[in-house]
Amino acid sequence: MSATVETGNVASTPRAAPKRRKTGGFWRRVARHVMRDKLALVCTVVLALIALSAIFAPWVAPADPYKTSMIRRLLPPLSPNYILGTDELGRDMLSRLLYGGRVSLAMGISPVILATLIGGALGVTAGYFGRHVNMAIMRVVDVFYAFPSVLLAVAMAGVLGAGIFNSLISLTLVFIPPIARVAEAVTTQVRNQDYVEAARATGASAPRIIVQHVLANVTGPILTYASSLVSIAIIISSGLSFLGLGAAPPIADWGLMLNTLRQAIYVAPINAVLPGAMIFAASVSFNLLSDSLRTAMDVRA
Amino acid sequence: MHLYILRRLLYTLPIIIGVTIVCFSFIHLAPGDPISAVLPENASADLVAEIKAAYGLDQPLPVQYLKWLYHVASGDFGTSIMTRRPVVSEVLPAVANTALLAITAITLSFTFGITLGLAAGFSDRRVTDRSVTAFAVVGISVPHYWLGMVLVVIFAVLLRGLPATGMGPAGTHFWEFGFEDLRHLVLPALTLAMIPSGVLARSVRAMVAEVRRQEFVQTLKGKGLRRPRIFLHIVKNAAPPILAIMGLQFAQLLGGSILVETVFAWPGTGFLLNAAIATRDLPLLQGTVIVLATFFVLTNLAVDILQTAIDPRVRRT
Repeated sequence: MSATVETGNVASTPRAAPKRRKTGGFWRRVARHVMRDKLALVCTVVLALIALSAIFAPWVAPADPYKTSMIRRLLPPLSPNYILGTDELGRDMLSRLLYGGRVSLAMGISPVILATLIGGALGVTAGYFGRHVNMAIMRVVDVFYAFPSVLLAVAMAGVLGAGIFNSLISLTLVFIPPIARVAEAVTTQVRNQDYVEAARATGASAPRIIVQHVLANVTGPILTYASSLVSIAIIISSGLSFLGLGAAPPIADWGLMLNTLRQAIYVAPINAVLPGAMIFAASVSFNLLSDSLRTAMDVRA
Repeated sequence: MHLYILRRLLYTLPIIIGVTIVCFSFIHLAPGDPISAVLPENASADLVAEIKAAYGLDQPLPVQYLKWLYHVASGDFGTSIMTRRPVVSEVLPAVANTALLAITAITLSFTFGITLGLAAGFSDRRVTDRSVTAFAVVGISVPHYWLGMVLVVIFAVLLRGLPATGMGPAGTHFWEFGFEDLRHLVLPALTLAMIPSGVLARSVRAMVAEVRRQEFVQTLKGKGLRRPRIFLHIVKNAAPPILAIMGLQFAQLLGGSILVETVFAWPGTGFLLNAAIATRDLPLLQGTVIVLATFFVLTNLAVDILQTAIDPRVRRT
């Protein structure tokens, strides 16, 4: 349920316009709208901060995230030299949180990108060719859509075995069906438009029509929908690590940190919940940003 | 109407078969041999062949699948590798525990979510609207396992008011349900209720706002109808899609409870699934997943049919 992957909301309808306008341009208009939205701007800044500090962690972090210290375990936040305290093995919390962004953000974003490519290709193919092709692809997709998303992710990761790569596979598998469904729905609408018919009448080949006319009109809605999944992906992927199915110790990863610090919840409650606050911050920011993107993409807005 | 239900049922059947195929393939997706868990390290080739034959693993895959499906359909999910008990007798009590948690949580979230959504949708004050939207965004984006930990820190560690983990003394004997059990239920149920509350608040708000903009509302106002009557008209029009979302949320809740059950050591299906993964007990994992997924499919089916019964407009092809 965190992972309520809904397909319902394909707000933006495909535009039957020539694909590029000289003045402004669709994407620039979207960018301008997002920039004008103050909340979205704040989210962009927060995400940029998290991402940059994760990328430049070796330079930003005050200490080595892997250096343990048996005498400095579970120091509370605001201790001297350890601004956010230490974890159950005496490692610096702040440094681990900064480094943790690397795995956690990558594991949230990359499955959505992979699933958009695969699910998008499946959906566009199904939608464009219709009939039997549609049946064959979409019925298989429906089967995977028939699992609650968290259940499918946990079961797949559990079967394949713990590890970052396996949890990447399971997460991608979870997000392919909803994206394929959206892509199929939008493509089916586009394919019945007059300009596609016209292109077909001029003798353009299927790949050419798809690339030149269909893709130009479906990428917007598909990307908007995919962007709304990033927040869920971060929550589920950290959830997998939280269950011990993702990154393996001693890697710094927010979900894994929550898992190992859970045992210390009575001794150092603040330390124990800190990594989750990072997951929350990232997920809220992605959510609001994708909301803003959706309003921006909507022609009515 | 009947034709639609029949068609919908026929459409569900291949989905369920597909779900069983996916669950069946779990055994063969797992790294290593499916029987490696029961074999000693230095098993001879003869022993391996013998055990394979005993489990029916020497036959072609489609034959294995059909045999397995036959057993599953007759309620035999195999034997748990770890406890050596039938998978069914492990899964059923867990399902009951999860159901208790899920039904409590969904009742809470329907109450919260719909009240907040209606308040925001009907209120013309910006503050109400904004705060409900903020609540909804938090509800949707919070990692619920973390929310559970935060609630444990506040109510169990700092205030010491509520138990942090486990189920009350009544366990699966629901007829003995008492105060202590209720205390154990509070935190997990609240945690689990957060996401559906957020989703519902947001959808109800959007739906009400949309219906309020429609022309018939102007007509009603023009006719001089009182506000409560107009309210009823709007709610009636907004209800069907909301109903669909509620059904979907309930179904998702069963899957989502995996993480929350882990946080609170709640002995439900999520907890069982975790144990099955930790001990690589594949039959148990298969059984749990198949029960949950089937339930998910059936809930969606029920919602679809209910929705058609209420609102004939959604009757699709």
